[in-house]
Amino acid sequence: MSTIENQLVTVTVNGRTYERAVEPRKALSDFLREDLELTGTHVACEHGFCGVCNILLDGQTVRSCLLFAVQVDGASIETVESLAAPDGTLNALQQAFNDNAGLQCGYCTPGMLMTAKEYLDANPDGGTDDQIREAISGVLCRCTGYQQIVESIRAAASAGKGA
Amino acid sequence: MEIEQDPNASRIAGDTAPGDAGLRWIGKSINRVEDPRFLRGEGRYIDDITLPNMLHAAIKRSPHAHARIKSIDTSKAEALPGVVRVLTGQDVKEHANPLPSFSMNPGIQHDMIAIEKVRHYGECVAVVVAENRYIAEDACDLIEIEYEVLPAVLDPLKAREEGSPLVHEALGKNEAYSRTFSFGEVDKAFDEAARSVTVDLYWPRSTGMPMDTNGAIGDYDAGTGVLTIHANSMNFTYFLWLIAGTLKIPSAKLKIVPVVAGGSFGSKFFMHKVPTFAGWLSLMVGKPVKYIEDRVTHIVNNDHAGSDRRYKAELAFEDDGTFQALRIDCVDDYGAYLQFGVGTHGNALSQICGPYTIDHVEYSLAAVLTNKNQQGAYRGFGAEVSNWILERLVDHAAHDLGMDRVEIRRKNLIQADAFPYRTPTGNIYDSGNYPGVLDKVLADFDYDYWVKYRDDARKEGRHVGIGVVASQERSVFSSTEFWFWFDEPAFSPTSSPESASIQIEPTGQIVVTLHSQAMWGNSPETVVSQVIAEEFDVDPTSVVITYADSQHALPGTGPGGSRYTVMVSGAVAGAASQMKDKIKRIAANKLEAAEGDLEFRDGGVGVKGAPDKQLSLSDIAMMAYMFKLDLPPDMESGLATQWTYDHPLTTLPNADRSDLGMFYPFVGHAWHMAVVEVDPGTGRVEFLRYSAVHDAGTVVNPKTLNGQIIGGTVQGLGTAMLEEYIYDDQGRVLNENFEHYHLPSSMDVPTMTIGHQETPSPYTAYGIKGAGEGGRMLTPAIMSAAVEDALSPYGVRITSLPISAEQIVAWAAGD
Ligand code: FES
Ligand code: FES
Repeated sequence: MSTIENQLVTVTVNGRTYERAVEPRKALSDFLREDLELTGTHVACEHGFCGVCNILLDGQTVRSCLLFAVQVDGASIETVESLAAPDGTLNALQQAFNDNAGLQCGYCTPGMLMTAKEYLDANPDGGTDDQIREAISGVLCRCTGYQQIVESIRAAASAGKGA
Repeated sequence: MEIEQDPNASRIAGDTAPGDAGLRWIGKSINRVEDPRFLRGEGRYIDDITLPNMLHAAIKRSPHAHARIKSIDTSKAEALPGVVRVLTGQDVKEHANPLPSFSMNPGIQHDMIAIEKVRHYGECVAVVVAENRYIAEDACDLIEIEYEVLPAVLDPLKAREEGSPLVHEALGKNEAYSRTFSFGEVDKAFDEAARSVTVDLYWPRSTGMPMDTNGAIGDYDAGTGVLTIHANSMNFTYFLWLIAGTLKIPSAKLKIVPVVAGGSFGSKFFMHKVPTFAGWLSLMVGKPVKYIEDRVTHIVNNDHAGSDRRYKAELAFEDDGTFQALRIDCVDDYGAYLQFGVGTHGNALSQICGPYTIDHVEYSLAAVLTNKNQQGAYRGFGAEVSNWILERLVDHAAHDLGMDRVEIRRKNLIQADAFPYRTPTGNIYDSGNYPGVLDKVLADFDYDYWVKYRDDARKEGRHVGIGVVASQERSVFSSTEFWFWFDEPAFSPTSSPESASIQIEPTGQIVVTLHSQAMWGNSPETVVSQVIAEEFDVDPTSVVITYADSQHALPGTGPGGSRYTVMVSGAVAGAASQMKDKIKRIAANKLEAAEGDLEFRDGGVGVKGAPDKQLSLSDIAMMAYMFKLDLPPDMESGLATQWTYDHPLTTLPNADRSDLGMFYPFVGHAWHMAVVEVDPGTGRVEFLRYSAVHDAGTVVNPKTLNGQIIGGTVQGLGTAMLEEYIYDDQGRVLNENFEHYHLPSSMDVPTMTIGHQETPSPYTAYGIKGAGEGGRMLTPAIMSAAVEDALSPYGVRITSLPISAEQIVAWAAGD
């Protein structure tokens, strides 16, 4: 088996710029978790069907397990670690999940939060429950049955309006 | 009836009587204290943990369901740069013992890696340990294995026949167990009843499928000889010596550290293979080794497939709808191994007659081995299946009589004055008010409105259907359900305790240590914080919770069987009661007051009616740790207590097993009602209304309980409509990933209303009953009923799951 040379990747994650030499075949999810030690992003299927690994790439959700790290050279990424304040205070979306039991085991939660953030950025008034359900339909949660996630996202939208 | 209780049981209720209306914190929807770390992405699940010099393992899975391993050539894999070691069944044979099993059947041996023969698709045949997971998986592809493919045993009915190929030659047959239990006078009751219905039913194999798979990290320290295993499971701390036995190490040198799990639903219930495997790999290579199942491995090689049952079920009843007797004959396809024996049927026998007065029951079971992934635990542990069977029979009886499905159920409900109620098998239902729950759900759901709506819609040619189901939810198992199947069990444990320790630091900080599984999606820390707040009048968010590793753990059984909230509350209440006694003695001595005049208030202890005579917990703890001469003279220093809470209400089965004893006595009750509209062209099922009312005794936290109910309901919906292992005729799993194994998405599920009735248990701390499995007990039955009702113009009778869209379209097309 021939060895393929590592490639240099420069990427901004959560406002900080990293430069790393990485194997061309390394998945972005593994790169974030292993090379950058940002283990908030989880994987549950590693082939694009669960959305648990969702992150924001230049403002849009993508499945981080379906991209290679070398593909994000020059891009800007946000992961779940970007949401809370530096002192750990939860942001309005996270607080809404806490207030409305929007998580149980918490494993899908990073993907769910980043997907909800994309949705709420585009729909600050929250839209209808059906729209919320459709927006998160690409992220699987085995614990909650989704109802309290929908309530959390709606509550986050209301909190945003109040602020 | 009168029930004699464990004398310890009264002790654990703390200062609060069951169902006491004066509870301050229990019953409040406080936010979960576990949440913030998970919301910040700081959950520290097993794959988030990295140890220095850690290696990574990947397994080579069998492509065959049944085959003899003729040769394995690992040389190419070993030559790949970055590979540290390749191990096979031969290494397991030389260096390890078989995996633990509670089946007590020496003919059924299960090893970490298949030795000589593979028995199911996806079974591990070799493992690579390498510098990283990518290299380990590459090397798996370089392992060359020659198989002699054997005929796969797939149909459990054929597997029982003489001459069938054998899954385990040493067993000499594929039927691992069979027995008929009879309670009451079943034949006579069937002869005398005016009517009966008989239904053949099939419940397919599926699995809990948590988002976080099973994983562990082994870390062997050659210097001390201690093997530390970090694992996202730690149940049954008093059985972990079995794992040491597999590893051939002294149990005192085994330390299992519980790690948070991203869901279990049964899949991590006494999960022994994965931690044992990671520990063994570390022993073999002398460095830390991480082994995490990928999704495919989890689907085809986890040890926790759910029930896979074929039934012939009969219900005898009178012309007025009164139920008389139940006869159940089940063949259960357990797969290739039998780790828990037939405990999943023991479980079913705890509430086999549901909430109905049926006095005569016969239950026949054949447990058959096939070339499939083995069964383990899945939310409900077999009782969810028997509830589906019972409710299907009731719907068939109602249909036979032309009787309303609510009325036939109401007519047979156990009445509120009948508790404690002894069921025909011997298990007890502790308390309840079933007609009360029914009235609540009828009011919330507005049954009459929806009946009219359905009938009007039907006139317009729409396919609207109503489902109405009831269920029991037994909680807190006792170990007897695993062995009362045998007249002379090889091993007959009777304990399944839970423990808690409380320490108050000199600063006044309360620290609670738990002794089994860390959190796996339930709310152990929130429950414990609420109990501590209740007992000490402190802010629940101020309590610090830690988890003991197995070397320091007191007896703990962990979550499972809807037991944890009940048991950990009892354990914490017990430890709190001892702690409060000690604090009161210190305070009484210091304040020169009588102990009986003291109360816990505002985070301290004070004299009733004297606001200025008060000591903080810190004042007390300072004395306890540093000022021995301020303590009562006969008291030792320190401020720590512990309590091991045994099952508070359990008895042995009798010798001839005509009475199985009390083994699952804290019994909740629920009703769900749903309206669906079915599109016969596409098979899509849409919810128009879904209403649930549960009685789980005293509710600790309504918000989290609702989460368990909704989550369980949706998981049951997956069982009802989507999920099933699909095998080809060679026994290969065709849907081994999320592309083909479909879980419910946010678009497939109802928005529910949830109501609660609280009938406290007289026998548990605060009157709590378990509730973690309830939702999944009902959805398979309600979906069967509602879709069947919607498709009644086609004369459809639903007798197997899942009710796939393809099946609905076929029914509507008259196929
Ligand atoms: S892990 Fe990326 S979609 Fe499932
Ligand atoms: S909270 Fe467990 S998977 Fe969503």
